[in-house]
Amino acid sequence: YSVEATFPIKPIDTHKLENTPATEVQINKDDAISYYTKMQIIRRMELKADQLYKQKIIRGFCHLYDGQEACCAGIEASLTPKDDVITAYRAHGWAYIRGVPVCNILAELFGRKLGCAKGKGGSMHMYSKNFYGGNGIVGAQVPLGAGIAFAHKYRNSDTVTVACYGDGAANQGQIFESFNMSQLWKLPAIFVCENNRYGMGTSVERASASTDYFTRGDYIPGLRVDGMDVLAVREATRFAKEHAVKEGPILMELVTYRYHGHSMSDPGTSYRTRDEVKEIRQNLDPIMNFREKIISAGFVTKQDVATIDAEVKQHVENETAKALASTEPDFDQIACDIYVTDTPLSIRSCNIYNQLHHQPSV
Amino acid sequence: LQMYVRDALNSAMDEEMNRDNTVFLMGEEVAQYDGAYKVSRGLWRKYGDQRVIDTPITESGFAGMAVGAAMAGLKPICEFMTFNFSMQAIDHVINSAAKSHYMSGGMVTVPVVFRGPNGAAAGVAAQHSQCFAAWYGHCPGLKVVSPFNSEDCRGLLKAAIRDTNPVVVLENELMYGTAFPVSDEAMSEDFLIEIGKAKVERVGKHVTLVSHSRPVGQCLEAAEQLASEGIDCEVINLRSIRPLDIETVQQSVMKTNHLISVEGGWPMFGIGSEVCAQIMEGPAFDYLDAPAIRVTGADIPMPYAQVLEDGALPGVKDIVLSVKKTLHIQPMTDTA
Repeated sequence: YSVEATFPIKPIDTHKLENTPATEVQINKDDAISYYTKMQIIRRMELKADQLYKQKIIRGFCHLYDGQEACCAGIEASLTPKDDVITAYRAHGWAYIRGVPVCNILAELFGRKLGCAKGKGGSMHMYSKNFYGGNGIVGAQVPLGAGIAFAHKYRNSDTVTVACYGDGAANQGQIFESFNMSQLWKLPAIFVCENNRYGMGTSVERASASTDYFTRGDYIPGLRVDGMDVLAVREATRFAKEHAVKEGPILMELVTYRYHGHSMSDPGTSYRTRDEVKEIRQNLDPIMNFREKIISAGFVTKQDVATIDAEVKQHVENETAKALASTEPDFDQIACDIYVTDTPLSIRSCNIYNQLHHQPSV
Repeated sequence: LQMYVRDALNSAMDEEMNRDNTVFLMGEEVAQYDGAYKVSRGLWRKYGDQRVIDTPITESGFAGMAVGAAMAGLKPICEFMTFNFSMQAIDHVINSAAKSHYMSGGMVTVPVVFRGPNGAAAGVAAQHSQCFAAWYGHCPGLKVVSPFNSEDCRGLLKAAIRDTNPVVVLENELMYGTAFPVSDEAMSEDFLIEIGKAKVERVGKHVTLVSHSRPVGQCLEAAEQLASEGIDCEVINLRSIRPLDIETVQQSVMKTNHLISVEGGWPMFGIGSEVCAQIMEGPAFDYLDAPAIRVTGADIPMPYAQVLEDGALPGVKDIVLSVKKTLHIQPMTDTA
């Protein structure tokens, strides 16, 4: 087994930058296995969610992240736990990579007590320490992320905030408002456009007058990165973080793809062809390709990978069982967490006879 | 001691910024211009660029940033030049600020204050003359206060800044230049008014007038006038829109047996509607000797011409008329 290897990455397009990120990256065996395992766990978790949605155990909106795993795994690889992240509604992978165990993510999808938001948030509203969601309003997470970055600057910390949005959100007005203030105030923010080529069913070409999302911060420097390559994303993020802390905001477009439709009600076939999805799966899959790399580098054998895959599968099965074993939230929690409070509050129910009770925050 | 409403708000922010260095002020023209209505006068010179921040005219962006900063542990005061412009940012007030604590199962807290002038202004027509109490009062997860006088402004704004929840502070555009007597107690640096408690401004026994913001003054004026005719009004200043202190209103109604709500906002689905509905549903209903009624702004976009604008806003005469109707007292012949 080797312990270190160097891989070339696709050249990263830049906008308004003198320096450019490296074109090859070095990686050690432990990190490589860790990225592979995490991406594989996210993939398995999303496929499990798909299955359980179809069994009606998951309700409502559910947006799956399979295909985009390298984005969150690559970014996280260049962050510390003290850096902050906020993302949009396609949040499961991010919640996992930011430290929420699979069972708490699935339990949240099931609306169970064990859920990471106690069953009150669901698919789009998951949080953990230094992870601010999971935001269901397209574009809203960008000013929120800029505000979190503002707090870093206010405290003179050397951490950054990553604010992720999609190609659909990239045309939202509030994003440009945030770019403007972030640049004026030199906020340590990395604005990440996860370009998966479709905002719901509208392709980027039909929605954006310019699909060069990495340039759309105008005066903000940008990078366009292969979002299907965890190492490219890691390297770009390392570069972007350094820039953000020293100079201010930077934009990073990750060119990626989602295999599922927009949400569970979308088969994802009316606005794109099955062949397109198939071709990307075959040629660009972030997990398959990374698997080839770590085998060719001599980090692992095919047999090792098979073992990891089996362990991942088992892990997700076990976590699913834990989540399924969790009960629904206690009904008396319905009126709790509306406010931070030291005193019990009486909250109106659907009728005037049965008051609900908001218990003091723990 | 007399104090202008503007200075009461200014001193409240000044003291809280002095007390806690995570408190900062952001908004349009709050720093170098000294505030569009001069409410933040002098704060930039005292606290500097880091803590008193002029924003571009981009409400959605900076309101969102204020919420983000609050999520990350700071205590932003986000000034809207007027609440009319908060509609550009209402998504962040409701969806980002009010709901995040609940959606996160209590993990995320949002100790932000949204403040600025609210309600009808003078001669600025429909887009700049509107009360947002009902809009924000509607939403669980927010606290909403609507101070009347200088003491209210000091105590409620300081309480709002110290609150760990998102609080909307609806100041009144027409009241900034009004001075009120202020007690020694209210000048204390730790003077806080509990959010969710109303104040009986005037004790009376014939009819209860429930109001908030500037119309509280009109109720007091009407009560003065009516007192000369032997009619004794109790005037309740709600102070807080959400939570709403219906108990204080109930107790008053059980004593006076008559209820009139008075507000500057539109009638439909308004603060008066809510007060009346809650009285209907509660123990005070059986004590009413007449239907509870509302005095409100007229149900029209605010017109510009003075004669029309005057007709779109409730005045003392509307209150006097309504009190007499409710008490079945024949109003004097109306020469108009």
